[in-house]
Amino acid sequence: MQTTSDEVLIARIAGGDRLAMQVLFARHHVRVYRFVLRLVRNEATAEDLISEVFLDIWRQAGKFEGRSAVSTWMLSIARFKALSVLRRRQESELDEELAERIEDQADDPETALAKKDKGAILRQCLTKLSAEHREVIDLVYYHEKSVEEVAEITGIPQPTVKTRMFYARKKLSELLKAQGIDRGWP
Amino acid sequence: MTSDEQAAPQSDIEALLPWHAAGTLSRRDAQRVEEALARDPELARRYALVREELGETIHLNETLGAPSARAIEALFAKIDAEPKRAGGSTVGLGTRLAGWLGGLTPRTLAFAGSAAVLAILLQAGLLAGLVLKQSDTAGFESASAPRSASEAGVFVLIRFAPQASVADINAFLAQNKLSIAAGPLPGDLYKVRLGDAAMSKDAAADAVKKLQQDKVVGFVVGTQ
Repeated sequence: MQTTSDEVLIARIAGGDRLAMQVLFARHHVRVYRFVLRLVRNEATAEDLISEVFLDIWRQAGKFEGRSAVSTWMLSIARFKALSVLRRRQESELDEELAERIEDQADDPETALAKKDKGAILRQCLTKLSAEHREVIDLVYYHEKSVEEVAEITGIPQPTVKTRMFYARKKLSELLKAQGIDRGWP
Repeated sequence: MTSDEQAAPQSDIEALLPWHAAGTLSRRDAQRVEEALARDPELARRYALVREELGETIHLNETLGAPSARAIEALFAKIDAEPKRAGGSTVGLGTRLAGWLGGLTPRTLAFAGSAAVLAILLQAGLLAGLVLKQSDTAGFESASAPRSASEAGVFVLIRFAPQASVADINAFLAQNKLSIAAGPLPGDLYKVRLGDAAMSKDAAADAVKKLQQDKVVGFVVGTQ
């Protein structure tokens, strides 16, 4: 089955085609929502943001030059909007402190249960990473973005993308160790 | 850059492991990583940790759910409130062309391609016919200066590129030691003297090929 490419949809959207907008939305909104939700950690805010992201796409489709994948362009817009919200909430600076506080708390029943499952603990630790580290982990592992694409979305040089990913993983290992799981790395 | 990013991973290969696990490395880098994994058991152990992280990150994201219908309703309410786009879109020709081509079925696209080739061939035939017809008449000779022995030689018909300026054309003629013998002829063609009568057919053909490469030239063909 042949599907219309994202680039073709963008060209149609630039011409005011609402149906193309619906197709593009249906194709990408869940991933964009999850990317934003992981950053802002609030479902209502994330929902508001994705309609803002797609509205920007509607408005700027005519300026899309196709130098990057449409999904990369979308995530760049989504990131910008999510970070604007975070800046307003001044949450980004508090992320690591918050994670540490959570870490120090006694285990609730859910946490105790999760400790029986290494995967669940790992997922829990993934939520405790800073926004910067969560972002790079998600972009690489979930959104399947290359080094070049992560650099484009985050606006940092490619070597920094690699080191940021490395240290996000290092921090993850430290969080796991604090939960009693020593991976022998780093 | 955060403070801990001052340091670097132990090796470039190790830094690439997450992208290798996600399958987003170039073929060359993926090959480098594969070779390193095959010879380094410690790296292979760390790669297993990366794959574990990859799986759990996907799991975590997949459990985040999806937005409600409120998101799309809000989006289209905002789109409806947008002012109508005046004068069509500002999208580039390439993107519009991509959009148009994307809307065609493969069969339609193949038919359109064949039709375009046929149209080009017909146009070339028509031009050649016009030129031959012209050459049968005295059309190339000026009234005041009938063709002389010095005008004998090897000629080509050239249509200059639409974007070429007069200065570009003059420079092109000077650089290639060409002179315009007649024109403009029907089809915006010019008869240009390529060389003297002693010029071999092969040399003329090579010269035509060379001229065709110049950005000033839109179309060139040998003629009598």
